[in-house]
Amino acid sequence: MAASTAAARGARAPARTAGHRWHRLDRTVSPYLYLSPFFVVFGVFGLFPMLYTGYVSFTAWRADRPGSEGQWVGLENYRKLLDDPFFWNAVKNTLGIGVLATVPQLLLALGLAHLLNYRMRGRTLMRLGVLLPNVTSVAAVTLIFVQLFGRDFGMVNWFLSLFGVDHIDWQAGTLSSWSAIAAIVTWRWTGYNALLYLAAMQSVPFELYEAAALDGASRWRQFRSITIPMLRPTILFTVIVSTIGALQLFGEPMLFSQQQDPTTGGSQHQFQTLALYSYNQFWGRFKYGYGAAISWAMFLLIVLVAVVNFLAARRMRGAE
Amino acid sequence: MTTPALPRRRRAKSTRQLTAGRGVYVVLGVAVLLSLFPLYWTLVAASRSNTEIHRMPPVLLPGGRLWHNITQVFAQTDLRLAMVNSLIVATTVTVSVVLTSTLGGFAFAKLRFRGRGPLLASVVATMMVPTQLGIIPLYIMMANWFHWADHLQALIVPAAANAFGLFFMRQYLIGAVPDELLDAGRMDGCTTRGLVWHVVLPAARPAMSVLGMLTFMAAWNDFYWPKVVMTQQNPTVQLTLSELASGYIKDYSLVLTGALVASAPVLVAFLLMGRQIIDGIMQGATKG
Repeated sequence: MAASTAAARGARAPARTAGHRWHRLDRTVSPYLYLSPFFVVFGVFGLFPMLYTGYVSFTAWRADRPGSEGQWVGLENYRKLLDDPFFWNAVKNTLGIGVLATVPQLLLALGLAHLLNYRMRGRTLMRLGVLLPNVTSVAAVTLIFVQLFGRDFGMVNWFLSLFGVDHIDWQAGTLSSWSAIAAIVTWRWTGYNALLYLAAMQSVPFELYEAAALDGASRWRQFRSITIPMLRPTILFTVIVSTIGALQLFGEPMLFSQQQDPTTGGSQHQFQTLALYSYNQFWGRFKYGYGAAISWAMFLLIVLVAVVNFLAARRMRGAE
Repeated sequence: MTTPALPRRRRAKSTRQLTAGRGVYVVLGVAVLLSLFPLYWTLVAASRSNTEIHRMPPVLLPGGRLWHNITQVFAQTDLRLAMVNSLIVATTVTVSVVLTSTLGGFAFAKLRFRGRGPLLASVVATMMVPTQLGIIPLYIMMANWFHWADHLQALIVPAAANAFGLFFMRQYLIGAVPDELLDAGRMDGCTTRGLVWHVVLPAARPAMSVLGMLTFMAAWNDFYWPKVVMTQQNPTVQLTLSELASGYIKDYSLVLTGALVASAPVLVAFLLMGRQIIDGIMQGATKG
């Protein structure tokens, strides 16, 4: 660029066309130049590994067996997967924790958003307060909750004991461990989703409520017939995003475990999620091929659940 | 009689929202309390001894051992190295993501070029793909091909640009930079780089700081990928924290001190920039 302006000072007429050409080049090339970092990084560290996972899942690759790297076994890993009780156990746990971690969370967020939408003092402080859990790390939060959920000296059991509930060993049971892990996720994400809903609520035209109030619609009726339908795009977005997140849970179940090998997800594998099981197979047992097959199965499960959610939301619209 | 006009206009505007009654304050107060309590409890536990926090009924006020516990944690673990590592990784990733997202977001928002629609759609689609799908090959690449396993670049390079940042900056720049200003710049012979420098960067500053904040927190808090590719020889803060909690006999006051120290930088940043972060999240929600 410096060269072309220097040339422009020297000889006018030819330099102007050179300048024009430079400008044209600049305008066609710059957009791609600016986008290239993302597409290079994504291509090398995102897209390629994903496709490569597909390839690895068709091989018998085990890191502890030299030469097994390129051993093509076709669908063998997937066939094994279907007969693997630990895989189905992990599917069950992932779905169970997924439901417990998303449904109450999003309902709470919706209610919270509704309340935050009132005109009030200290609204910024309230919003900051509910968002704060979201900035803390999975590791820190989980360790804090492990202490709070402690069997003998945890605050949760102490609180429940005030109502006559016996000490619960939160790690030991299936439902108790699912609930505790779901509570960790819910605590971290409710405020964030509430802010998303709040933003959408604030863009609902007030005239709609006014008209409904004139027609004698109650507050609850207004919430159901105006707020919820107007929020549908945001609700669909949060449902899909939190589902994708919940089906990939890793850090929470891993650090929640008090076993010597935290990737087993509890003494009876009662909270071993798919992500944890995949990690256990590829990292602990060196089974690259099998671990990759679990990753793909997990991806398919996520797609399946996302599509079901999407269709359910579509039907919700059809019903109205 | 001009004064009544003002309140009336203000009232007309304010009826958009119902005024909160006592019940709303109470419920929201409880929600905020539940949000804050685990963190407050962490502070209490970090400032007391292990035996003190195992008392029933529980102690609820901070004690005087905070400094003692902090020095203990630093003495017993590699937290110093971990914090330096996490700081290097999070800072580098943040600078890179903010720059690449601003440039790319500007291209998507304001530049016309062939393939813009499909490219933008592909960026949005990549946000929906779970990161864990590629984790095994990513590890193989880092360990066997690049020999980056246990090196910080294994954490930095794959995170150097992301779809969320690109989309976030695009959404912001569509509204923040007037087309007329860009056209005027073009007429004056400004190159695209000149427009970025003189028009886009000044206009993008608020969104850049929000994105920077979100990126820094995500990089600082990341657990899964560091757990896969790094070891305790060269840990990040989150790894050291998980190691601290993995011993047979747990000193919970030290574990929670670790959690407090590990969270301190993001908590401070949140307190400084919380309002802008909230605005950023909410703006993204309505446009997205």
